Amino acid sequence: MVSMESVYLAIPLASLLGALIAGFFGKKIGRAGAHTVTILGVAVSFILSLIVLKDVAFDGAPIYNQAVYTWMISDGIRFEVGFLIDGLTALMITVVTAVSLMVHIYTIGYMHDDDGYQRFFCYISLFTFSMLMLVMSNNFLQLFFGWEAVGLMSYLLIGFWFKRETAIYANMKAFLVNRVGDFGFLLGIAVVLMFTGSLDYYEVFDRADAMVTATMQVIPGLDWSVITLACILLFIGAMGKSAQVPLHVWLPDSMEGPTPISALIHAATMVTAGIFMVARMSPLFELSSTALSFVIVIGATTAIFMGLIGIVQNDIKRVVAYSTLSQLGYMTVALGASAYSAAIFHLMTHAFFKALLFLAAGSVIIAMHHEQDIRKMGGLKKYMPITYWVSLVGSLALIGFPGSSGYFSKDAILIATHNAEVWGAGYAYLAVLLGVFVTAFYSFRMFFLVFHGEERMDEHTRSHLHETPAVVTVPLILLAIPSAIIGWITIDAVLFSDFFDQAIIIFNEHGAMAAVAEAFHGPANFVLHGFAGLPVYLAAAGVGSAWYIYLKNPQLATSLKQRFIWIYNVLDNKYYFDRFNEIVFATSARGIGQVLWRLGDALMIDGLIVNGSARLVGWVSSVVRYTQTGYLNHYAFAMISGLILLLGWVVLG
Amino acid sequence: MYADWPLLSLVIWTPIFGGILVLFAGDSNPAGARKIALVVSLITFLLTVPLYTQFNTSTHLMQFVERHEWIGVFNIEYYVGIDGISMPLILLTSFTTVIVIISAWEVIQYRVSQYMAAFLIMEGFMFGTFAALDSILFYIFFEAMLIPMFLVIGIWGGANRIYATLKFFLYTFIGSVLMLVALIYMYTRSGSFAIFDFHHLQLSLNEQVLIFLAMLVAFAVKVPMWPVHTWLPDAHVEAPTGGSVILAAIMLKIGGYGFLRFSLPITPDASAELDWLIITMSLTAVVYIGFVALVQRDMKKLIAYSSIAHMGFVTLGFFIVFRIFDSGFGDQGAALALEGGMVQMVSHGFISGAMFLCVGVLYDRMHSRQIADYGGVANTMPVFAAFMVFFAMANAGLPGTSGFVGEFMVILASFKASFWIAFLAATTLILGAAYTLWMVKRVIYGDIANDNVRVLNDINKREFLFLALLALAVLGLGLWPDPLVEVMHPTIDNLLNHIANTKI
Repeated sequence: MVSMESVYLAIPLASLLGALIAGFFGKKIGRAGAHTVTILGVAVSFILSLIVLKDVAFDGAPIYNQAVYTWMISDGIRFEVGFLIDGLTALMITVVTAVSLMVHIYTIGYMHDDDGYQRFFCYISLFTFSMLMLVMSNNFLQLFFGWEAVGLMSYLLIGFWFKRETAIYANMKAFLVNRVGDFGFLLGIAVVLMFTGSLDYYEVFDRADAMVTATMQVIPGLDWSVITLACILLFIGAMGKSAQVPLHVWLPDSMEGPTPISALIHAATMVTAGIFMVARMSPLFELSSTALSFVIVIGATTAIFMGLIGIVQNDIKRVVAYSTLSQLGYMTVALGASAYSAAIFHLMTHAFFKALLFLAAGSVIIAMHHEQDIRKMGGLKKYMPITYWVSLVGSLALIGFPGSSGYFSKDAILIATHNAEVWGAGYAYLAVLLGVFVTAFYSFRMFFLVFHGEERMDEHTRSHLHETPAVVTVPLILLAIPSAIIGWITIDAVLFSDFFDQAIIIFNEHGAMAAVAEAFHGPANFVLHGFAGLPVYLAAAGVGSAWYIYLKNPQLATSLKQRFIWIYNVLDNKYYFDRFNEIVFATSARGIGQVLWRLGDALMIDGLIVNGSARLVGWVSSVVRYTQTGYLNHYAFAMISGLILLLGWVVLG
Repeated sequence: MYADWPLLSLVIWTPIFGGILVLFAGDSNPAGARKIALVVSLITFLLTVPLYTQFNTSTHLMQFVERHEWIGVFNIEYYVGIDGISMPLILLTSFTTVIVIISAWEVIQYRVSQYMAAFLIMEGFMFGTFAALDSILFYIFFEAMLIPMFLVIGIWGGANRIYATLKFFLYTFIGSVLMLVALIYMYTRSGSFAIFDFHHLQLSLNEQVLIFLAMLVAFAVKVPMWPVHTWLPDAHVEAPTGGSVILAAIMLKIGGYGFLRFSLPITPDASAELDWLIITMSLTAVVYIGFVALVQRDMKKLIAYSSIAHMGFVTLGFFIVFRIFDSGFGDQGAALALEGGMVQMVSHGFISGAMFLCVGVLYDRMHSRQIADYGGVANTMPVFAAFMVFFAMANAGLPGTSGFVGEFMVILASFKASFWIAFLAATTLILGAAYTLWMVKRVIYGDIANDNVRVLNDINKREFLFLALLALAVLGLGLWPDPLVEVMHPTIDNLLNHIANTKI
């Protein structure tokens, strides 16, 4: 019998090993060798994750919280690499490895003709390793390690096609925007360390009271509660990684990367790291209602306003990307409502259906010969039946069709938000409610434009249209199954059992989840109960409007656009965030650099001081020249008397 | 078994005599000169290994001490020994010198034996600087080390080398003269040149301030700190690759080392009094220089500016300790700050050395350092590109690389000193990534920019070797810094105890 300890260790290491072999020996083992070894690695990770999940969920394994090794001891602080295995970790590693495995298999088909085949497999396995280390961590140091490591892999993968100017612009943008978030995150970690003297989760949670009573004067004269400061700083990190307004700007551009990574990194796993982190920190966030309000307002803003942009996008991947932003907003709203488990539940269902939608989009893109504009598609249903049906499943899950996985998780968030009492919850409820209509509208706008209606592609493309091969469609089907049913089967266990009891702490005064539990009487009843509420009808209205505007009466779309051109322009320019950042941050940073360099370094320091003193020396020496006699003893005498004078001045002065 | 060996003297003098030996090989036999130089540098490296393996990590006392009378009249001694802050720097020096010898192998064709000899002799002087416990001995090594460096830049340097050398000389000369005055003054007070006698010398605040400022000029120029940094970009641009590597990896560290060995323990009250000055200069280095690095067009200048910004963390870590003492939250964080500064020095040695070697690899092929002349190098030099992206990430402080460790420690500690100090220091996360990755984007990524890039050959085995060695060092220190940090604890704790007590 192998100890669970070595199982935990093997989960990330299996993926790492695959990545290393594919990375260093890619040429030797060839394409098939590279995908075999990495898929094997991730498959091992996945199977072991399932074992851990079973161990935690069914066999009631106690929480495991141990160091793997001591990274460093300094100043009496232990910096460690270690694992915390509880319900939250078990669920996360299972989701990560499951989606990763599907994406690995899918990649065989998608990247079939790419020169960087081995490199790609190496990267996505390395990403899987990093993500696993992130979610398995038992301390802030390793969390930050994983945090930045997934950021690195995202950077390398967005820029995978490094010849494309747009790709290498997007990956640098992604990294830098994330660094803005990490800037806050690191300061948040510093607050935690300063007030608790530890980076270990449990020790920090135990000593969190020290932060509640303390205040800090960040701006002189203004006392800030330390716990609020810590939580907001940590959440700024989450805003970067999980692309919350205003740090969301990198995610749409990240679509420059190959589609499999859009599914894996920029939908299912990495972007949810921020959500996971806040849930993990629930014992801290619960202590600060101000921080929770901050979280819920940011989340609500992201949920509704990013969804609206999704309506005007024409690139199939960008529609899904804005949908991801919006759904991340939903999860953040849940966090702010203290419904951490609902956020994680939505994270899980979303991982499946959004990965499915991205991979299905990829399947369409393959069939369309890398055309991504949905205005040039249409009527693909008859050419690509499997892709069509799985897309339908994914879209229904996304809009919360009763009974689908997304229905359960989204409804839980809606009920929780409705019952939340933190400041800003009212705004958040309105936002997520309207968001239901918006989600349904943009989802089915895309769905109808791609699969139904007039065939708008050129003749050449049409003649080559056919369903994608099995390596592509099998992962799609395997993802469609959980997208459809996982909500129904797991809602009871995830939200209302003791599964997260140890991992997530909710104070009694934050009653949102308790309200959800009260409303829940089994999944079937939950579905029926849904028909008594507004969201289902809002979703139906969204689908109906999309059908009417884009299928039934296509001219209406154009005339509506003409009618509301200013709204369209605002949305099409994404509220001018990019232009603002380009002018205010990028241009001014270069300007400041030029000024400091030309004026500060060249003119002031070198020009005035360095060359000035050189000139002074020149002038002095021209005067002094007359005193030069050429006799060595005179010089020596002068030097010694100078030294004595100097010393005398120092001693007596 | 080494107890009765004069191991430190062997370490110091082997490369110096080895260098002289190489000189005798003469320019007529470059192949022989290379081989002898490599063997000497390897033997020297092996000699430094026991300094780590035999190092006693439970004491702050000096180890491997040798003490002999030298110039009795002035009580000047040949007095050497190492502790937890000098030993890592000595190992860094011996490792880097091996790398530099390998990197010069085919590249240097002009006066090979003199080039190799200069680096070996310089290595010995640098060891001497780190190991000297007599201040005059320190001063002699401190000055002597510059001579081979001037020669390296002056003989094998670029077109504008005379200007660069002169600027370099003037800056460092002014600093060291002031330091000499301070040393002589302290001799008149204590009757000894031993550094430890200075540590225990009672000095009034006025005396301390003057001594502190005199030494500040010397060490600040070396680090270099803003605003006495402008010699560094010029020196780097003109220096041959090996010169840049030694300059960035080792010589700058002597400034940081000086603060720990001289300024803090000799003038603790003045250091506490004037810490605002050093903190301001350090943060200016991080922020101001970060912006300046962003707009550089010459790769070497960009890395030189990035060096200044990174060294800002060293001085910041050394001087926030007084704020931490005064924070009212206990002293935890002070040792973290000092050790963070030390780790940053070692790490910067690896990373800046590697970055300059990367530029050297490109320069050897294209004879240009201008970013605009490159683009899409990854297409023709994929292996090199992987290394360069890796080192760039380390330069941007990515966790898992050594570049993260020191900055992380200093930022965490500085939060205890003040929110705003930490805030400004942490901007390096954004600025460091911005200037490094923007360079990578323009040089490495993109489509092949021109025909010169199109015909580039990827790195050969020799280049692979030295880049791989440095990559292992960067990764090793990033994944497990404890072996380095561990050796410093007693020394750092003792230093903190010492400076917490007033001398007045």
